[in-house]
Amino acid sequence: MRKCEVTGVKKLTLSATAKDRYTTYGLVVLIAVAVQLFVSYGNASNSFKGLLVPTCVYVLAALSLNLVVGVSGELSLGQAGFMCIGAYVGATFSVITAESIASDAVRFTIAILLGGIVAGVFGFLIGIPVLRLRGDYLAIVTLAFGEIIKSVCGNLYLSADKNGLFVALDVKAKSAHAFDAATKVDYVNGALGINGIPRTSNIRVNEWAFVICMAVILIAVIVMLNFIDSKQGRAVMAARDNRIAAEAMGVNVTRSKMTAFVMSAFFAGVAGVLYAHNYNVLDTSNFDYNQSILILVFVVLGGMTKMRSVMISTIILYVLPEALRGLNKWRMLIYAIVLIAMMLINNSVAIKKLVEKIQAKFAKGAENKEGGAA
Amino acid sequence: MSSFFSYLISGISLGSIYALIALGYTMVYGIAKMLNFAHGDVIMIGGYIAWLVFSSLGLPVWLAIICAVIVCVILGVVIEKIAYKPLRTATPLAVLITAIGVSYLLQNTALLTFGPASKTFTSVVPDSLGISIGGIDITGETIVTIVVTVLIMVGLTLFVNYTKSGKAMRAVSEDRGAAQLMGINVNRTISLTFAIGSALAAVAGILLCSTYPQIGPYTGAMPGIKAFTAAVFGGIGSIPGAMIGGIVLGIIENLSKAYISSQLSDAIVFAVLIVVLLVKPTGLLGKKINEKV
Repeated sequence: MRKCEVTGVKKLTLSATAKDRYTTYGLVVLIAVAVQLFVSYGNASNSFKGLLVPTCVYVLAALSLNLVVGVSGELSLGQAGFMCIGAYVGATFSVITAESIASDAVRFTIAILLGGIVAGVFGFLIGIPVLRLRGDYLAIVTLAFGEIIKSVCGNLYLSADKNGLFVALDVKAKSAHAFDAATKVDYVNGALGINGIPRTSNIRVNEWAFVICMAVILIAVIVMLNFIDSKQGRAVMAARDNRIAAEAMGVNVTRSKMTAFVMSAFFAGVAGVLYAHNYNVLDTSNFDYNQSILILVFVVLGGMTKMRSVMISTIILYVLPEALRGLNKWRMLIYAIVLIAMMLINNSVAIKKLVEKIQAKFAKGAENKEGGAA
Repeated sequence: MSSFFSYLISGISLGSIYALIALGYTMVYGIAKMLNFAHGDVIMIGGYIAWLVFSSLGLPVWLAIICAVIVCVILGVVIEKIAYKPLRTATPLAVLITAIGVSYLLQNTALLTFGPASKTFTSVVPDSLGISIGGIDITGETIVTIVVTVLIMVGLTLFVNYTKSGKAMRAVSEDRGAAQLMGINVNRTISLTFAIGSALAAVAGILLCSTYPQIGPYTGAMPGIKAFTAAVFGGIGSIPGAMIGGIVLGIIENLSKAYISSQLSDAIVFAVLIVVLLVKPTGLLGKKINEKV
C-alpha cells in the first residue's frame, strides 16, 4: 500500500517538473510575442521601448546569478564583473570587425558567443580558487574578483596600427609606444572605455533587438532548467542542502558547483554583450559592486529558487521604479527594507513559530469541518 | 628615499584606520560568526555625525567625537537586535543577505538625508600638530591616527584579556553553547561586542574623514571592504591579527599607489586577499576550525 503511494507521488512530481518547465518556456515566448506585437502595432512610447532591452539584460543577469545563489546556495557578489568581461569582449570584437563582417546578424552572434565564452573561461579560472572557499569567504572573494575585473578593464588600453595590436594597462606605456600615426586605431581607451560600438541590440536601430534578447533568454532558460534537472544539477542542489551528506554519498561537490558557476559566468557574459550593444559608448562605471548587489536583490526577492519567479521579480523590480519616476529616489531604500524584512520573515524562529501556529489553527479548523461532514 | 619613508608613514596611518575598522569585523566574526557587511557604513554614519556637530554646527571637537561614538554604538546595538538576533540559527546566506540589506539601508538613508554630493569635512586635528623629521613632513592627522590606534589597541587587548566582560567575549567566541551553560549572558555579550565594534568604527570614521577631508554616502563602503580584507589577512577572529593585517594592508596600498599604479591599487589590495586565502585561508594568526558533522 505504502509503496504504491510513493511511486504514485513520484510520477506526479516528475510530470509536474516537466509541466513547470514548459510553463516557464511558454511564459518567455508569450512575453516576447505580446510585447513585440505591442511595439510593432500599438503606440508604445519611446521610454517604454527604451526599457525593453535593459530589462532583458537584467533578467538574464539575474537568471545567471540564480544558478549560483539559488541553485548552488553560494553567495556571489561579482556577477557584474562577468558582465563586464562579456561586454568588453563583445564590444571590442564588434568594433574591430565592424567593417570586415558586413552582416549584423553574423557579427552579433559571434560577439554574443565570444563574450559568453570568455566570461565562462574567466568563471572557470576564478572558480578554481573561489569554490574551495565557503560562505562569507566565498562572497568576499567574488566581490574582490569583481572589483579587480572592473579596475583592469577600466585601465585597459587596446590600440592597433599596421605593426599589430598594442595592449597596455597604463596610459604612460601607451604614450611611450611609437605608433604608426596613419594606421593607428584606438579600440579600448582606459577610463573612457570603448567608443563607436555598433548598436545592434538597440531597439531604435534594430527593430528586432527585443525579440533577439528574448530568444537569448529562452535559450538560457532551456539550458539552465535542463541543467537543474540533470544529474549534475541534482548534485549541486544536494550539496547546497547538506554538503557533508552529499560528499558522503559520493557527489563530487566541487565539480558540480564549478559547472553551475561557469554556466552562470557564461550567461552573465552574454548579458554583458547585450548590454554593450545597446549603447554607442561603454565604460566600467556600470559594472561596479552596486550593480552586483542590485542583481542579487532581484534574485533574492524572486525567491532564489524558481527561474520563473526570478524573471518576474526582475521585470517588476526593474520596470516599476523606472515607470514611477517619483519612486526612483526611494527605490534602493525600499529594496533594502524589503530585503531585510524578507530574510527575517523567512528565517526568524519566532516568526516561523507564529506562522506554524496560525497554520495549525487553520488545519484544525479544516479537520473539524471534515469530521462534521462525515 | 625620503619620499619612500613619507609613503610608508602615510601607509601606516591609513593602515591604522583599516586596523580600527578590522577590529570591529574580527570581533563580531569571532563571536557572532557573521560578516557584518554594514560595518563600513557605520563608519560613514560616524563621519556624518561628526561633520554635523563639528563642521556644520561649529561645536567643540570633543563633543563631536562623543556624539559620533554614542550614535554609532546605539546604531550598532539596534542593528544587531533587530536584524541579526532573529537570525542566529539561520543559514549563513540569509544572514549575509540581511547584512547587505542593512548596509544598503544605511547608505540610502544617508543619501536621502544628506544628499548625494560629498561634504567637505573639517579636520578635527589642528594643523600645528604636524612635524618634520629629517626632511619628511608628517601631518598632524597621521600622528593622531597612529597614536589613537595604538592606545585603542592596548586598551582593547587589556580589556579582552583581563576584564570579566572580556573573558565572557572570549568564552562566547570559543563555544557559545558551553559559555551559556557556564552562566554567561550570550545575548548581552554579543551586544557588547557590537557596541565596541561600532564605537571603534566611529573613531575610525572621524580619523578617515580628517585624513581625506570628505564625507559622502559611500565613504564607508570601500574602506569597510578593505578592512575586512585586513581582518582576513590577519586571521579572522584574532585581535592582534586585525592590527597587523590592517597596517600591512595600508602600507601595501600606499606603496602600490606610489610605485605601481594609482588606478590599480584597489585591484592589488584585493589580489592580496585572494592570495592569502589561497595560500593560508586562516590568515596570519588565525586558527583552523575543524568541521563537525
